[in-house]
Amino acid sequence: MNMKNFPQTIKKIQEGLKKKDFTASELANSYLEAIKEENEKIFAFLNITEDLALSQAKAVDESIAKGEDLPLLAGVPCAIKDNMLVEGVKCTSASRILENYVAPYDATVVKKLKDRKAVILGKTNMDEFAMGSSTENSAYGVTRNPRDLERVPGGSSGGSAAAVASGQAVFALGSDTGGSIRQPAFCCGIAGLKPTYGSVSRYGLMAYASSLDQIGPLANNVEDARIVFEAISGRDPLDSTSCELKPFLETQGKKFTVGVPKEYFIKGIDPEIEKIVKGKIEQYLALGHKIEEISLPHTEYALACYYIIATSEASANLARFDGIRYGYSSKEAKSLLEIYMQSRAEGFGAEVRRRVMLGTYVLSAGYYDAYYLRAQKVRALIKQDFDKAFEKVDAIFTPTSPSLAFKIGERTQDPLQMYLSDIFTVSVNLAGVPAISVPCGKIGDLPVGLQVIGKPFEEATLFAIAKDLEDQI
Amino acid sequence: MLSKEETKHIAKLARLGLSETEIERYQKDLSSILDYIEKLKEVDIKGTKPFTHPIEISNITRIDKAKPQPTEIAKKLIDLMPGQKDGYLKVKSVFE
Repeated sequence: MNMKNFPQTIKKIQEGLKKKDFTASELANSYLEAIKEENEKIFAFLNITEDLALSQAKAVDESIAKGEDLPLLAGVPCAIKDNMLVEGVKCTSASRILENYVAPYDATVVKKLKDRKAVILGKTNMDEFAMGSSTENSAYGVTRNPRDLERVPGGSSGGSAAAVASGQAVFALGSDTGGSIRQPAFCCGIAGLKPTYGSVSRYGLMAYASSLDQIGPLANNVEDARIVFEAISGRDPLDSTSCELKPFLETQGKKFTVGVPKEYFIKGIDPEIEKIVKGKIEQYLALGHKIEEISLPHTEYALACYYIIATSEASANLARFDGIRYGYSSKEAKSLLEIYMQSRAEGFGAEVRRRVMLGTYVLSAGYYDAYYLRAQKVRALIKQDFDKAFEKVDAIFTPTSPSLAFKIGERTQDPLQMYLSDIFTVSVNLAGVPAISVPCGKIGDLPVGLQVIGKPFEEATLFAIAKDLEDQI
Repeated sequence: MLSKEETKHIAKLARLGLSETEIERYQKDLSSILDYIEKLKEVDIKGTKPFTHPIEISNITRIDKAKPQPTEIAKKLIDLMPGQKDGYLKVKSVFE
C-alpha cells in the first residue's frame, strides 16, 4: 500500500482504522519504510524503534478486531525527541556522554502516549542537550531541512520538526527552553506549541534549564497539535511544577483582540518576513477580530537575560554527568578528579561546554549579584510586560524568527549570531506563557511562521486563533 | 575580557578538563557573550523582586522515605554504571 493512500491527520487516521480501510500495522509499516528511505538524506532520526512500533500497532489491530473503543491517538505513528525517556530504548540527548544510555523507565509524556496507544517510530535528532538553534550541535550528525536540504531545520527539536514536515511521523514531541519547538516549526513550515510552564510534566525529560523547559507537540496542523497537547498535559505527582488544568473554555465564534508589539518589528528582521507576517495580521483583522499596537518594553533585554538564567541552570543540571553513575567514563583517568574532568571534556560537545562554562562563571563567587540576581529581576520585568499587555489583549502576534532557515555551517563559527535566532522566542519561556508557531507563508521554498502568544493556561485561545490563521492559507 | 587564568579557573570549577587551545577559544567566546550580557546593566531594577519561577506554587513536601522499587529497576540502574562490583558502584579512591 502506498503512503499516499493513508490519511495524514489524527482524526482521519482514527476514522480509517474504525472503517477498516487499513490496519495500524500497515500504517506503521508505511511510515517505517518512509523513514528508512529518508533518513540517510534528512537524518531526522537517531534511532528507529521498529520492534516497539510494530508491537504497538499490532496491539491496536487486536483491539480493533475485538471491537474495543479506540483512544484518539490509537495507531497514530509519532516520534519522540531524544531527550525524553522511552523505556528500554537508547536515550542520548544527541550527546557522546550518553552514547550507550538505555532508558530505565518511561517519561510521563511517553507513558501518556503509550496509554493512548500511539505508535512510537523512533527518537529524533536534536542539538546536544537541547542547546542550539540548528540541530548542528548533535554529536551524531546534522539534520537537514526537508524544504531545502542545504539548510538547517532549526533547533533544538530539528529532528522532530523535519520528521513531521517530511511525512516520517504524524506528530512529534519536542522540548522548548528558548524557542526549541517554535523556531524549528517555523523553519520546516509546521505547527509547534510551547505550552504554559507547568501544563506538561517534565518527568523523564533530560533537564536543560528547569525553570524554562517545557515539552510540547509539533504537528502538520493546529488540530493535531491540540489533540496531542490535550493527551500529554495535566498534573503529574512526579513533577511538582506540573498543574491540574481547567477544561478549555468555549472559543467557537469568539472575536479576539490581538496585540502587535512594536518591539518585534525592528532593525535586524528580514524585511520579507516582516511583510508576510504583517499581511497575515491584516487578513486576521479582516475576519472581524481586533488588532491593537502594544508595547513590551523589556523585549531587547530578553536574550541576555535568557543566556544568564538558562546557562546557570544548565551548569547545575549537567553536573550529574560525572563519569561515575552512568554515561561515558574516561578510561584514561587516574584519579577521581580526573574522571570528572576527562569524562566531561571528552563526553560533552563544544556548545554544551561553552554554556556550562558561562553558567559556572555567572554563578561563581563575586558575580552572582551582578549577573544571576540581576537577570532574575529583569525576568520579573519581562513577565510584568506580558501581564500588562494581557490586561488589554487576548493574545499577541509576532514573527517566530527574524530570519529564514539558514544554510548549514553559516552560523556555527559565531555563537552570538546563532543565539540571535531565538530573539523572538525566549521572552515567552522567561515569562512562562504559552505560544504557538503556525506557518503563514513562504519566501521561495522556505516557510515563514507567525507566533501567537497567549495568557497562562489559555492554550484554547491560541488554538482558536491559530486555526483561523491556518484556514486563511 | 576574561583572562586566561580566570578561564582556567572556571573550567576547573565546571570540572571540564580543557586543553590550552580550548581554553583560548572559550576565553574569546565567553568574553564576547559577556559583553553582550552587559546590556542588562541599562535596566532599572530598583525595587524589583527577583523572579525565580514562572508559576506561583507552594512547596510540595512528602515523607522522606524511599519508595520500594522492583529489583529489575535496581538491576537496570546498576547495569548503567560504568564501574560496579557486587551490585555496588565502584569509584576510584579519593585518598592516595
